[in-house]
This record gives sequence, structure tokens and C-alpha cells, in this order.
Amino acid sequence: MTSNTPRDDIVESADPITDTQDARIGEGPDPRFNSKLREAFGSSPFVLTKLDQFMNWARGNSMFMLQFGIACCSIEMMHTYSVKHDLDRFHAGVPRASPRQADVMIVPGTIVSKFAPRMKRVYDQMPEPKFVVNMGNCSTSGGPFQGGYNVVKGAEEIIPVDIHVPGCPPRPEALVYGIAKLQERIANGESSPVTVKPYELEEFGDLERDEIVEKLSEDIDEESLVMRYNWADAP
Amino acid sequence: MSSQEEEATQEGQSDSDVDYDYLESLVSEHVTGRESHVNAEAFRIDAYSVQDVLSTLKEEAGFDHLSVVTAQEYEDRFESIYHLKKFDDPTQELSIVVPTPREEPVHQSAAPVFTTADWHEREAYDLVGIEYEGHPDLRRILLPETWQGHPLRLDYNQDKPQIVTFEQHENPLEESLRDMENEGDRDTMFLNVGPHHPATHGVLHVKTVLDGEQIADLDPDIGYLHRCEEQMCQNGTYRHQIMPYPDRWDYAPSGLANEWSYARAIEDLEGIEVPEYAQVIRTMGAEMTRIASHMLAVATFGLDIIGDFSAVFMYAMRDREIVQDLLEDLTGQRMMFNYFRVGGVVWDLPEPRDVYFDNIRDFLEDLPERIDEYHSLLTQNELFQMRTVDTGYISPEAAKDYGTTGPVLRASGVDYDLRRDDPYGYYDKLDWDVRTREEGDNLARLLVRMDEVEESAKIIEQCVDLLEDWPEDDREIQANVPRSLKPEPGAEIYRSVEAPKGELGIYMRSDGTDKPARFKIRGPSFNNLHALERMSEGELIPDLIATLGSLDIILAEVDR
Ligand code: SF4
Repeated sequence: MTSNTPRDDIVESADPITDTQDARIGEGPDPRFNSKLREAFGSSPFVLTKLDQFMNWARGNSMFMLQFGIACCSIEMMHTYSVKHDLDRFHAGVPRASPRQADVMIVPGTIVSKFAPRMKRVYDQMPEPKFVVNMGNCSTSGGPFQGGYNVVKGAEEIIPVDIHVPGCPPRPEALVYGIAKLQERIANGESSPVTVKPYELEEFGDLERDEIVEKLSEDIDEESLVMRYNWADAP
Repeated sequence: MSSQEEEATQEGQSDSDVDYDYLESLVSEHVTGRESHVNAEAFRIDAYSVQDVLSTLKEEAGFDHLSVVTAQEYEDRFESIYHLKKFDDPTQELSIVVPTPREEPVHQSAAPVFTTADWHEREAYDLVGIEYEGHPDLRRILLPETWQGHPLRLDYNQDKPQIVTFEQHENPLEESLRDMENEGDRDTMFLNVGPHHPATHGVLHVKTVLDGEQIADLDPDIGYLHRCEEQMCQNGTYRHQIMPYPDRWDYAPSGLANEWSYARAIEDLEGIEVPEYAQVIRTMGAEMTRIASHMLAVATFGLDIIGDFSAVFMYAMRDREIVQDLLEDLTGQRMMFNYFRVGGVVWDLPEPRDVYFDNIRDFLEDLPERIDEYHSLLTQNELFQMRTVDTGYISPEAAKDYGTTGPVLRASGVDYDLRRDDPYGYYDKLDWDVRTREEGDNLARLLVRMDEVEESAKIIEQCVDLLEDWPEDDREIQANVPRSLKPEPGAEIYRSVEAPKGELGIYMRSDGTDKPARFKIRGPSFNNLHALERMSEGELIPDLIATLGSLDIILAEVDR
């Protein structure tokens, strides 16, 4: 007898499943348990979905933020994590000190030439999939310091960004909103494409031999990684 | 003598007791000329007698506080200015100007006389390109090593591409160890702390060399947040465009205290009298920012020592939220207040006034209880004491030598506070104390901050009382200030205020236009951080984290 043959000895449960539920809850309706969902599914509900959709949903609701402060905006970011605003309630409040444990990087502040390669390294050390929230005008465009000789005109010069939260600094509420939007996008399976190559640091030896490269070539080893800032062409 | 006195009284208010002719006679063989700056007289000296002049003035005339070194370029020369003060009486000021020719901007370093000059001169070398002979370690400090050109020079081309490397760091002690005879007996390890590290309070990179757990060598590498603040201010007009930037120096937030440093400089430069009512509001606001700033210091110190986002952090952030709400009511912003104007403040207290006063009073009433909470959570905690008592010690002499100010200096027993010693605003009419501690260790620095919160509360309370009774038709918030400010060409001034972190000073030189020709910021954190090397000598690496936390640095103010 193959298992394809229907078996007669399996019959419907004599007890409708809601009985167990009632027994457990006891008298009277409990609004916390007697949800519409539970009514529809009974006491041991199951949901059918695609794994990747499920993963996206889970990912969007368990975000590990990188504990990463740069400038003024990071003070407001700290407020977003603490008592009054409590990012934790939005499933996104676990700051991790190590990039290897985090999947969201909030870039809170001004990025300057000396810091940009370091930030790039921290970003590279985060495991995939990873997301970036840009906090404040500085990391969007250089903000109030855009005219400075040393200021990178936005984080997008260096790493891909998913959400920009404008403001100088954005209030904690604004950051919470930005993160909620990011969660929404992640749950829907959207994110900025992680295109690693264009953001990669170059080797000094690969640079075009312009005047500056010639000048530095005695001090710098061909194989050292460098970042070249072309201030004139920066947006 | 009588003619000297006459001349001295002409100099103006605060400087009347400095006998500049006597000072000049002390160093007369090196002086090549004399200038009058708005804050003090200045002696021009020749390029190779910097150490002689400064050590004579330090030893014999008591000018033991080198506030800041300003470097600048003129059409025909380069110039370094050493701004000297006395810790005993900061109203006694003196500037030493060292001009050098354009072709060869080199002169003697002051670092052997004042340790604090070490970093200041490196910065001057980095940004303006003056070279200091006899400097122990002249290399770039704010910009990357590979940077081409000096950005605050007149002919600097800002559009030139730049290349920044990403190299590995070498053990700086390796070479000297290799020379040692008993090679192999000692082994050191190089450890990078930062620039991305939860305990560095921002983007600071500390290169440490460890011998076991002990710190053998330490070199803070700064410049990861050098946002060209001085250039930005030089590009802004005095009247409106500079004021937003001070908020972004020390964003703890000490915004109002920072704004005050600029306001004080420009008001003294232009002789603007701020109405008394506005002064009271300023005083009150500045003290609120002091509380907010010290709360953050306590919060992050707790974070450094006790652990990740723990109770102390949350408690202190809760109190900060309350102060920030009060400040937001006052100024309209949570952090970047932009509330001061040249000659006053932008608007009056929020309406309804009595509700606002009630809110402040509520906060002040709860404060003592909350401070007790911090004490029982933090300072009475035995483990916390083990980590902080007798670690990170700095002696009063060393603290002065490194030019530290604020709670860092006062925790070493030096009674120096510009609010009392060089009064501005309404401070001298109010009843409060400067709090000091003698121990000079990490715990003392924290305690000084907590004491200061109490004093600030006293000041705020008195201000609220004053404001409440202020007659309605006398509530003047703004002096009469011309539409565009153009100070006399060549006028120079250095003015400082007591920001939460210490002496925050501004040097400005006017070229007769409505924008400053040179704008120099003395950030207290810059000097306080410099002292880290002294505090960490021979300490253990976990103590380094505690010491760094106790300094309460803000990297934007270090790097500017
Ligand atoms: S956007 Fe404003 S608040 Fe944020 S880092 Fe830049 S200057 Fe600071």
C-alpha cells in the first residue's frame, strides 16, 4: 500500500481546536489573546510564506545598529537610543560596538578627508546584507561645512546610502522615522544595491600619474591603499 | 612712573594694572617693536629669542598661562602670536608677536618653555605652514600626512586633488628598543584605539604602545573631524554668518557658552554694550548648557567605566532631556541654538513666562535628589572608585604647563575660572562659588563636574528670580548694532569665556571688511587632550579609557 492511497482512519478532530484555547484562557474574552488572527487560525497558527519574504520581514524587525559616532548628530543619535525616544521599541535599538555584529550603520556627522578611508573600512567589515542611514546634512552633502577644504561632500562619495534623514541635527523623532522607513523598505525587500567595486580604495600604484602622484611617489609604497579626493569634481 | 600710569589707564578697563613698560624692560634686548591689540599690548620680538622671552616672562613676571598660539599670513610676512595670561589673574594679558619673512617662515619653538605650545605649533605648521625650530616633533596634526599645501595660506588652491593613504601603523618604540642591550627581555605591542571605538567619545585615534598591560607610549592622533571651522568663520560676516558655527564646536551642547565666546570678542572689538536684561538671559542660558554638557560627561563616563548603555547613562540622558527641553523652549532648537546675536539675544523668553519659570524651578527642585542618585550609583560604588581613584593623576604644575582649563584644571586644585576671574555677563553680580578639588585624579574631575552642576543651578535660580521681577518696559534684549560691522582695519583681539570644558577663546583680526581676516579658535578640549600623555604615563590600558572619559573631550572642538 502506497501512501498515495487515502486512509480512512484519519478523521476530523472531534474537539474543535477552539476548545483548547478556551480552556487555556478561561472565562471571558481576553483582548490580548482573542485576536482576529487567532480566531482565524486557532491556537497553533501557521502562516505560509516565501522564505525570502519571511527573512526580509525578520531582518527589518531585528536590526543591529553599529555604535558609530562622528559629530554633533551622534549626540542626538544617543538620545534616540536612550530613555525618551527609545529606538528599541521599534525593533532597532541594539547598538553594537563591533561592525562585525551590526547590519545598519547610521552615519551621524561630518566626514572629513582623514576619516573617510576609516569609515570605508568599518563599512566593509560589516557582514552582508547591510544598510546605511545618513543622519544630518553633513553626511548628506557636507552641510554647513560644504565649503571647507577638508570636508567630504556627503557619505555617498564613499559608501552606498539607503535613507537620508535631513536636519542639522535631525531630532531623535526624525531619526526614528528614518529608521522606520528603512525597516519598511527592508521588509519589502528593497535596498540600495551594494555595489562594492566603485567604492573600493585604490592602490597607489594604480593611480593616474598626475602631478600629485609624482610628488608623493617617493613616500608612498605602490601597494598601499589610498583614497583620492577630487575636490574640484565633488558635487 | 606717573606717565606710565597715565598710559596704562588709557589702555582701557581691565588691563590698567599691567605695567607694560616694566615688562618690556625685562626683555628689552629682544623687542623690536610694540603693538596695541584691543585686549592687551603686544611686543614684537625677533625670531630666535622666543624661548628667552617667554621663559623670562614666565619666571619673572608670572605669565604662566600660554592660552593659544595663533599663526597667520600677511601680504608681506608670516606671524605667530603667543597669547599669555596669568592663572592668578587672567585679566593680565600680554601678546608676543613673532614676525617672519614670507620667503622663510621659520622661527624658534616655544615648546621647551610651555609644553602646550607643542600641539599649538604643530597646528600652526599644519594649517599655515610656519616652521618652528627646536620643536620636538614637528609634523601635521589635523590634516593627513600626505596633504599638499597649507590651507590657511593666502594662495592655497582648495580645488587641488588630494590623496589620503590608508597605511598600517608601525610600533613607534621598535627602533629604540632594538638599540637596547637586553633585547628580547622586553616586548611591546602596538595597539590602535579608535578612530572608531565606543570609548573614544568620537573619532579619536590613540596610538598606544603597551608593555604588557602598561602604557609605554601614547600618541593621540587627531584630525578626524577637522571641519575647517576657522576657514568657515573667516568666510562669514561678523553680524550674522559667524554665529551659527560656534554651536558646532562643542556640541555637547555647550552651544550658548560657545556663542558667547564669539559674541564677547566681537562686542569688545566694536565696543557694543549689551543690555543688562539680555546679559541675565545669556547667563541663565549658558548655565543650562553647562548642566547639559556635564550631564553628558557623567553619562558617557558611566558608560566607559560601568559598561554598555547602563543605568547611569540612561539617568543622565533623562536629565539632559529636561534641560534640552528648557533650552528648546528658550531658543527654538535642541542643540544648534543660534540664540545669541551680536549685542544681545534673538528673542525674549518664551510666553507664557510664568509657565517657563515654573518649568525651570521644577527642574531645579528635583536636581539635588538626582545628583544624590548619581552619587549612590557612581561615586559611592566601590568598583567605580577602584577604577578612578588615583588613576590619571596630573599635578597642578603639569596641568598648567599643558594649558588645561575648566574642570580638568580645577580638579588639580588650581582655582581658575574666567566667570569669576575675568567676569563677563552677569556672573559677578550673582552669588556662587568656584569649586575645586585637590586630588587631580579621574574621580576628582568627575566630582568637580557634579559640583559645578550644583553651582549652575544656583546661578540659574538667581537669574530666574531676577527675570521674574524685571520691569516689563525695561526688557531690552538687543543693543543698537549697525547693519554691517566693519571693525577698524588691523584691530586685533583675543577674548575668552569659561565654557563647560574650559577656556574657550577667540582671536580675531580685522582687515576693515565685514569679514574677519583671521579667526582663531582656542578649544579647551584641544589642550585637555594634549595632557592625556602626561596622565597616562605608566598607567594600565583600562585606566587610559577611564582617563580619556574623565577629560570629557569633544572632538569637534579638538579638531575644529
Ligand atoms: S548636520 Fe549639523 S548637527 Fe549634524 S554633524 Fe553636521 S553640523 Fe553637526
